[in-house]
Amino acid sequence: MAKLNDLTLAEARDGLAAGDFSAVELAEDCIAAMEAARDLNLFITETPEIARERAAQSDARRAAGGAHGAMDGIPIAVKDLFCTEGVLTTAASHILDGFHPPYESTVSQNLIDAGAVMLGKTNLDEFAMGSANMTSYYGPVKNPWVGAAGEDLVPGGSSGGSVAAVAANVCPGSTGTDTGGSIRQPASLCGVVGLKPTYGRCSRWGIVAFASSLDQAGPFARTVRDSAIMLKAMAGHDPKDSTSAPVEVPDFEAAITGDVKGLRVGIPKEYTLDGMPAEIQALWDRGAEWLKQQGAEIVPVSLPHTKYALPAYYIVAPAEASSNLARYDGVRYGLRVDGDSLDEMYENTRGAGFGAEVRRRVMIGTYVLSAGYYDAYYVKAQQVRTKILNEFKQTFADVDVLLTPTAPNAAFPIGAKMDDPVAMYLNDIFTVPANMAGLPGISVPAGLDADGLPLGLQIVAKPFDEETMFRAADALERAAEFTAKPKYLGGQGG
Amino acid sequence: MALDRDDVRKIAFLARIKVPDAELAPLADELNGIIGWVEQLSEVDTDGVEPMTSVTEMTLKSRDDAVSDAGYPDRVVRNAPDRAGDFYAVPKVVE
Repeated sequence: MAKLNDLTLAEARDGLAAGDFSAVELAEDCIAAMEAARDLNLFITETPEIARERAAQSDARRAAGGAHGAMDGIPIAVKDLFCTEGVLTTAASHILDGFHPPYESTVSQNLIDAGAVMLGKTNLDEFAMGSANMTSYYGPVKNPWVGAAGEDLVPGGSSGGSVAAVAANVCPGSTGTDTGGSIRQPASLCGVVGLKPTYGRCSRWGIVAFASSLDQAGPFARTVRDSAIMLKAMAGHDPKDSTSAPVEVPDFEAAITGDVKGLRVGIPKEYTLDGMPAEIQALWDRGAEWLKQQGAEIVPVSLPHTKYALPAYYIVAPAEASSNLARYDGVRYGLRVDGDSLDEMYENTRGAGFGAEVRRRVMIGTYVLSAGYYDAYYVKAQQVRTKILNEFKQTFADVDVLLTPTAPNAAFPIGAKMDDPVAMYLNDIFTVPANMAGLPGISVPAGLDADGLPLGLQIVAKPFDEETMFRAADALERAAEFTAKPKYLGGQGG
Repeated sequence: MALDRDDVRKIAFLARIKVPDAELAPLADELNGIIGWVEQLSEVDTDGVEPMTSVTEMTLKSRDDAVSDAGYPDRVVRNAPDRAGDFYAVPKVVE
């Protein structure tokens, strides 16, 4: 018999509601799968005792007739970028050694209130800066999928542990954050569904900040329906985040109607790259055909400034990071390395506490914000960003959603692309534009490459129109019939 | 403009990150690689374009200038690497 950790979120919800199994039984299977998958290095901190306690509380609520809804009793993994009260929170950085937040992030609190059961805190790129989960102080995460010659692959990043936990059937859902693609790109590389909602849909309060004008939380799950269920529990207005949007959270699952007749789907020609693998172009064409066969209209569109989104991002994001990460000074929490003066203590602490990629980005950010360079770099990038946003606005006057590849490549070997930062940055070329414009985007597993590795397609929608995004994503998912599974499943493999 | 070792040393000080001397030159190469790549933005005509301040057209709400959450200094300073009572302790700043 299949283990309960193999169930989708919707199946687990229905099984709990029908009394087929208890939340404690479900949690035990997920805990066993988490422990069996330790070789993948998915978790920085496992919290089985919290999982057992919350699962028992969920069963008690249900027995008393007071279950909290779809997420009640559902085991989830939480990216270790969300502050969790009393539970070590590291952002995968040495500089946050020993940090036990005295508060809970709004998104993780929303999930607690919805009855979700936290299994642990997942590994990630340090401060979410990376596209391969290679910059974590706690070591790389292995993708549950392996290469054609059996080699270990990266899961993508930065939400590497969260995505791989869902791909490996450790749990049906997990939280991620997406600043430039950190949910959608790993979802594509691991064959799961991952989405970034509209900027402002989820509160950023209590999430370790990277680039505040770009950061958004979102879910990973194995189906579009599951991700819709989980996003509803995560989202909502929060007065503690001044950029949180005061809008109602729709019933995203109800938006999945199966009907895309008349939906206008834009295909932006600038997303065709020189040197992109032919199978990614072929998959993209197939995706358009799938939507067309279901009655959608395919509309060629042009977004000429697309190629400038990534370089503009690599000014804006490091600038915001250099400002946000100024708080790590060895005084209030985390690592301190002593020095003879206050300045020397700061320098020693930050020199020892930040890894190579974080150091690079903080220094780039410091440079582009420094006197004499601010206008040439930072203001210029923000002007380019305005042009990108306006281009999206004009395009969305004519189409309902855009269809693009999620990433320009499948998962690559652990250690590849490490000697050239810009080569690594190019992994986010198709995901960054949605962050720059604050738009919702979702990656849906759509096929396999010649080596048997998953590839995703991305749907980008208008601001606060996740419902149309889910409707289109569901149509893609049904047509793709993606049933392939990775080698490491439920902690078993090899 | 390409950054040299001295520029990198200056940026590292501004960022309060200690960079060993031996790493200054390789770091300058890395930073120059990234800066050279982002400089393609100069191709974009941005004359008269407003720099973006927010992706959403929202007005930030004002709130009362009042204490809304306080009264537990022990929880606030609990994570401090060094403390004296309810205070953070730092190396001597004033002689």
